[in-house]
Amino acid sequence: MTPLLEVDGLNVWFDLPGGGELHAVRGIDFELDAGERFGLVGESGCGKTTAILTMMGLLPPNASVAGEVRLGGENILARGEESVSPHRWNDIAMVFQGAMNAFNPVQTVGSQIEEPMRLHGIAEGKNARRQVEELFERVGIPSDRASRYPHEFSGGMRQRAAIAMALACEPKILLADEPTTALDVMVQAQILELLSSLATDFDLALILVTHDLPIVAHVCDRAAVMYAGVIAESGTIDDLFHAPRHPYTRLLFAATPDLHAGGDRVVSIPGAPPRLDQPIVGCPFEPRCDRAFEPCPTVTPALKRVGDRHVAACHLNDIVREATA
Amino acid sequence: MTTNGSGPLLEVENLVARYPVPRWIVGALQRRPKLYAHAVDGISFSLRRGEMLALVGESGCGKTSTAHAILRLIEAESGSIRFDGQEIAGLPPRALRPLRRRMQIVYQDPYESLDPRFRVAATIEEPLDVHDIGSRAERRTEMLGALELAGLTPPELYLERYPHELSGGQRQRVAIAASLVLHPDLLVADEPVSMLDVSVRAGILAILDSLRDNGLAILMITHDLSTAAHYADRIAVMYLGRIVEEGTAHDVVENPQHPYTKALLSVVPKRDPRERTTPQILRGETPNSIRIPSGCRFHPRCPIAIPECRNVDPELRRPAGATAPGHRAACIRV
Amino acid sequence: MSAATQGAAAEGVSAAATARPRAIRAAILSSPQALAGLAIVGAFVAVALLSPLLLDGNPRAKVGPIFEHPGSGHLLGTDGGGADMVKLLIAGTRVSLLVGFAAALVSAFIGGTVGLLAGFFGGKIDIALMRMTDYVLVIPDIPLMIVVAALFGRSLTNIILIIGVIYWTTTARLIRAQVKSVRERVYVKRAGALGAGNTRLITKHVLPQVAPLLIANTVLLVAYAIFAETFITFLGLGDPSIISWGRLIQNAFTDDAILNDAWWAIVPPGVCVTLVVLGSTMFGQSLEDALNPRLRSGHLSVRRFRMRPLGGQLDSE
Repeated sequence: MTPLLEVDGLNVWFDLPGGGELHAVRGIDFELDAGERFGLVGESGCGKTTAILTMMGLLPPNASVAGEVRLGGENILARGEESVSPHRWNDIAMVFQGAMNAFNPVQTVGSQIEEPMRLHGIAEGKNARRQVEELFERVGIPSDRASRYPHEFSGGMRQRAAIAMALACEPKILLADEPTTALDVMVQAQILELLSSLATDFDLALILVTHDLPIVAHVCDRAAVMYAGVIAESGTIDDLFHAPRHPYTRLLFAATPDLHAGGDRVVSIPGAPPRLDQPIVGCPFEPRCDRAFEPCPTVTPALKRVGDRHVAACHLNDIVREATA
Repeated sequence: MTTNGSGPLLEVENLVARYPVPRWIVGALQRRPKLYAHAVDGISFSLRRGEMLALVGESGCGKTSTAHAILRLIEAESGSIRFDGQEIAGLPPRALRPLRRRMQIVYQDPYESLDPRFRVAATIEEPLDVHDIGSRAERRTEMLGALELAGLTPPELYLERYPHELSGGQRQRVAIAASLVLHPDLLVADEPVSMLDVSVRAGILAILDSLRDNGLAILMITHDLSTAAHYADRIAVMYLGRIVEEGTAHDVVENPQHPYTKALLSVVPKRDPRERTTPQILRGETPNSIRIPSGCRFHPRCPIAIPECRNVDPELRRPAGATAPGHRAACIRV
Repeated sequence: MSAATQGAAAEGVSAAATARPRAIRAAILSSPQALAGLAIVGAFVAVALLSPLLLDGNPRAKVGPIFEHPGSGHLLGTDGGGADMVKLLIAGTRVSLLVGFAAALVSAFIGGTVGLLAGFFGGKIDIALMRMTDYVLVIPDIPLMIVVAALFGRSLTNIILIIGVIYWTTTARLIRAQVKSVRERVYVKRAGALGAGNTRLITKHVLPQVAPLLIANTVLLVAYAIFAETFITFLGLGDPSIISWGRLIQNAFTDDAILNDAWWAIVPPGVCVTLVVLGSTMFGQSLEDALNPRLRSGHLSVRRFRMRPLGGQLDSE
């Protein structure tokens, strides 16, 4: 069975004003099944947001893209905007970072959610209004709130409305970019619960983009850890936490404080990610890695299978394999 | 430790801070009574030298207002703030100035808290300049020392840089250095790492940790219970302008008594997917501080509220389930 | 600073913030409107500065018959007094620009101060100053100028002061808004928490941030001031002993240039006024566009990315 979504060798460059270019996404691959909850984790500038914006075909004019994003086998990037636009919002929809603050203050929330329906010819007029009410109930907003204005919504409610807007055209895939970053823990829990239940109840595939590992651990089945535009490791959440095969994954977990792990020392990762406007030689994580050895500064590690649905790009795995072979 | 052993450095008692809510013209014409947002509504706590207290709560609970009232950045309505034995609530600005040297603040957003036109040297020198301390050479020594304390080594490398040439973590270290250069006794850290990347957070917190070990009193404001649990000595959980539970970090996290604390702890996502638990999610959001519920202010959202809770405003006291002294909660049901 | 900068930049997060002066220069150089405006104003300023060299003797001296046609020995002909129009225009340029710039500076000073104080201190001071600004703003400017000029006499200084005192209101509002936002910046609050006094906060942190905007606004005010001067003088309220563009137009009218079909006595000063007003408006507007955060807007249409073949590009890695 082909997966619902396959990302294959995706690269994104941005032309820089003074000449030169920034290679933001440097060849990433992953797959997504229907109803699956997938996390894309990484720190700022690792390319996670660029990657999902590319799946929506929402890139600025100074961007160029290579690679494939296959939706049900069809490469939606094949003819650029022309081939992406039929799928945008209809098959793949997105909750943008800060979407909750992007509502037009002088228009009712309901009418703003009707807009994508109208634009995509899903429903109009009374029909659209009825669908908005249904959507509101689905995301946990009382349906009579549709005729209210954004300032009458609390933060959590606006985020729910932003999710409703993404669901307006009944997509198969929902991309959520840092959906809880500006929210309080209690509201964050409500939103995460909503996203999980949407995936389960409506067979919606979810890609959750965040810098926050515990959130991914809480919501997702699988995740990819991104670093400097590449995927360092990808696998089930359980494997990533209990059997990481890339030092970055391990260190990132170690840098995250946990409520009850009182005794564990929380350790920061020294250094900073490499510049993306220059070629990277060898493993991008090598300068910050605590296990770097002889091939790391010169040879770029390939993403290799290290277990069932578990891949990692680290030379250490070759040694382990040789030793066990 | 530089403690003089004579009681806490900071003692806050019954602190109240409120903001007038702007009335629209109709309200003003109708002479409706002025409304106030009770950001801080009678809280008391103390902080010793060499201790880190975390004020934890959701946005709007009054944790930041509390800190600002202590630093006299906003005026408290009533209550007492004693700093090193001296009452500073109501102290005139002139008398306050020498005390400002001894209490410093590090803000949340390192991208905003440094003047973009100031080199690092100018940013760190500003406190010395404001308080007219030291000769040129002395200042330079102080500045280099502060940068080093903040983990920017070698410090000479950073003096001539502009903020935009630094990473987020480095900027926050510069902000910390600028607050350390005056050798304060009290440091308020307002969400010091929430804007930073996960991989550099621990480094910043480790600095605060070691400063605390050297006798600095730190008041950390955070919404992140995991960070508080990990670094603070004591935690005070705030809800709608009140402290609802207070105790050592261990007691509050491992043996929470107040239903709000319990709920808050239950929704913190865990690192380990095998520890996934069903969070006890409170519905709705924190009600606003303009119309505070009667009785216990938490009762409308409380899972264990009884009718009495509507009338009784609970005091902070030692709950029956507490195992350690100094563990207090404001709930009549525990 | 090369080594240190390189090192810091290598750590990744630096790209976004560019130094401001460089951004402003880039904004000017990339805008044809700004360049054209600058060129126009620059040309007039050059003429004004060089006027002592270009004029020998009294420009009002009679050099030929009255209303002599352009071309016949005098490039733009003569006016109703037989004086050379070119020389009169050059003399007028000097006065008009002087009034324009001086009045704009007066305006910028008053408006800047009011805006700074209102925005920085807020509260009652803000309310009082802004109420005052609103009153001045709603006073019809031309009638007021006429009244004041009539009351205080027709001297160049008075004209400058009158114009300056009337046109500061928009500056005050603009600067107030900007100061208010800078005041809320965390680094200003931080300096306040350190114990820094208001003077220090204003001079070290606030003023340097709003100064470029104030300068841009002053350039815009020059256009208003020159236009106002022309208008007042045309109405006969200017200093009679001084030649400005307004006076040239007024003279042409009183000498019945229109009845004599002497268009060259009226049109050139009018064109000069129009050009300078246009030039400084264009330049000032582009400066303000580049500097005023409220006028800057992002674009939302973000869909025209390019696909590139995978082969060639990846070789470069």
